[in-house]
Amino acid sequence: MPTHIYRPVAGLLIALSLSGAALASEPDKAPPHQAWGFEGPLGQYDQNSLQRGFIVFQHVCSTCHGMRNLTYADLAGIGLTQQQIAETAKIKPQPGAPDAAGQPTMRPGLPDDHLNSPFPNDAAAAAMMGGIAPPDQSRLAITHPGGPDWLYAFLTGYRMPPPADAPVVPGKFYNDWVAGHMIGMPPPLMNGMIQYPDGTPATVEQQARDITTFLVWASDPHRNERHSIGKAVMAYLIVLLALAIAWKRKIWKRLKTQ
Amino acid sequence: MTQPDPVTRPDAPAMTGLAGWVEARLPVISAFRAEYIDFRLPRNLNGLWNFGAILTVVLLLMLATGIFLAMNYTPTNAGAFLSVEAIDRQLAGGWLLRAMHMTGANLFLAALYIHLFRGLYYGSYKAPRELLWLSGLVLLLLVMATAFAGYMLPWGQMSYWGADVITKAVGAVPGIGPELEHIMAGGDHLGDVFLHHFFVLHFLLAFVIVAVVGLHVTLVHVSGSNNPLGIEPRTPKDTVPFYPYYISKDLVGLILFAMVFTALMFFWPNVLIEADNYTPADPMHTPADIEPEWYFLPFYGLLQSVPSKFGGLLASAASLLILFALPWLDRSPVRSMRFRPLCRIGLFGLVAAFILLAAAGKHHAQGGWLIVARLAGIYYFSYFVVLLPLVSRREKTRPLPSSIFAAEGKR
Repeated sequence: MPTHIYRPVAGLLIALSLSGAALASEPDKAPPHQAWGFEGPLGQYDQNSLQRGFIVFQHVCSTCHGMRNLTYADLAGIGLTQQQIAETAKIKPQPGAPDAAGQPTMRPGLPDDHLNSPFPNDAAAAAMMGGIAPPDQSRLAITHPGGPDWLYAFLTGYRMPPPADAPVVPGKFYNDWVAGHMIGMPPPLMNGMIQYPDGTPATVEQQARDITTFLVWASDPHRNERHSIGKAVMAYLIVLLALAIAWKRKIWKRLKTQ
Repeated sequence: MTQPDPVTRPDAPAMTGLAGWVEARLPVISAFRAEYIDFRLPRNLNGLWNFGAILTVVLLLMLATGIFLAMNYTPTNAGAFLSVEAIDRQLAGGWLLRAMHMTGANLFLAALYIHLFRGLYYGSYKAPRELLWLSGLVLLLLVMATAFAGYMLPWGQMSYWGADVITKAVGAVPGIGPELEHIMAGGDHLGDVFLHHFFVLHFLLAFVIVAVVGLHVTLVHVSGSNNPLGIEPRTPKDTVPFYPYYISKDLVGLILFAMVFTALMFFWPNVLIEADNYTPADPMHTPADIEPEWYFLPFYGLLQSVPSKFGGLLASAASLLILFALPWLDRSPVRSMRFRPLCRIGLFGLVAAFILLAAAGKHHAQGGWLIVARLAGIYYFSYFVVLLPLVSRREKTRPLPSSIFAAEGKR
């Protein structure tokens, strides 16, 4: 077959793949799927990744985002010891009882205090942060469309410098995974900006993976336990079902011999 | 049903001691034996008859978990969402209780729909079981009301905007609508009073349901169970005692159901979770996509398929109320659809219409779905008011077997 027939076909294919690439930068397109250990009916969180993710949360996210539905004691779920929890809580001062003169006081945080929010309320947050309050992260991984895959794509999706054809808006940053590609939130992660105590290299991708895992945990803190209890319950029911079927058959056999 | 006299029954153990003392004063032991051990049921009941027992067990589970959830819930505008979060996160085992209650609510409705379908298919609504049917429909309405009230309580975005849609729909009733809306919403805005009302209603209705279930079970013990053939048992050969035959069969059904329950609750909870409801209620921000729980979708589809708001409300209400007239709309002497070829097809069409209405509800009856919803809605009503009354007289039914035992022997 002459090659010139292939050319338009090849051209069409290239055009299609280019338009595909253009579509890929649309925020409403599904973010690329990442392999997560916590996925699926039996998935489990990686405790090391959770603890690294919490470091990212403390040093980066929590400067603007709250996670107000969690208490410090809940961090036992990522494997922090009681002492670590007490120490984490202690350095976050909380409003205390008024003193003898009726003046408001502060006291050190306790394990059953809720995680400190960076702003007193959403209105204050919006006023400080250019009009839009940074969303609370307690259930963000459930409520944001795309879930963990979107979080990862978003955190690794900033483009510095932005593409040549992108409009320049002061105070806005270019990200492939938000509507309109422009967002007020600056790129939160940088290579090596934090040091992981376990020696894991803190690349942007690694930090994004860890903080995503932590945020998914915050949204669904009992997943490990739920999956392991579920396995035990299901195994028990399978045995029980076998026994019940055997019993039922034995009883109903009587009717056939009548 | 023939019930052996517990006193003269030769193999009944003589009751002595405490049991005998209680029995002489309140014959609960002999009553239990008569109703749950010796009670005779048709020998040919199939797996669809397991759902009565399944519903009873799920109801008990809902009460047991619900009471503990209620102890930790705060029915206020500011506190509701946070108290549910605290149950899920800080209360020991709270997440497990709440997961059971949520899965239970969904599967309760699912089992109820199957139970209802069984009644429709095998003609269980016909004489002498009309009151049994009516008490079951009262239960359906009560369960729907309870489920709706319960869905309000977490006070997430879907709770709030679901309440908004329903209170405004009630407001469309001519004349008294605005008053009704005001009473239902508990004021000009949905807030503390609304949540308090619905929390109390949710809790109260659960116990009303228990009472009506008592009536429903009593009625089935008076009229006896229908069966897949739809003919009454004539001789003892047609029946078997509840214990051990149906105890063993119900047990298998219950365990299978528990496995579905477990799979959904522990492994695939996202199937039943509405993600938007994990965002706290915000009157300033309307979600892009307000939709009810799956079990209300057919009625939501019907609601949206009628151009007028009040008309939609009437259509939804009528789709449930028409079931109350069913024993008098279907005049055929034959109960089971196994012997009614025409109505059988008609009934499968009804199931299809119900599912299509749900699909249309999911798509907000927009575009082509509006036509689908209208056609399905028209079919739904014509099954009851046209097909059953007219066809049931002229339909050529297949010959009924002479007895349950004879039919069983042929298989």
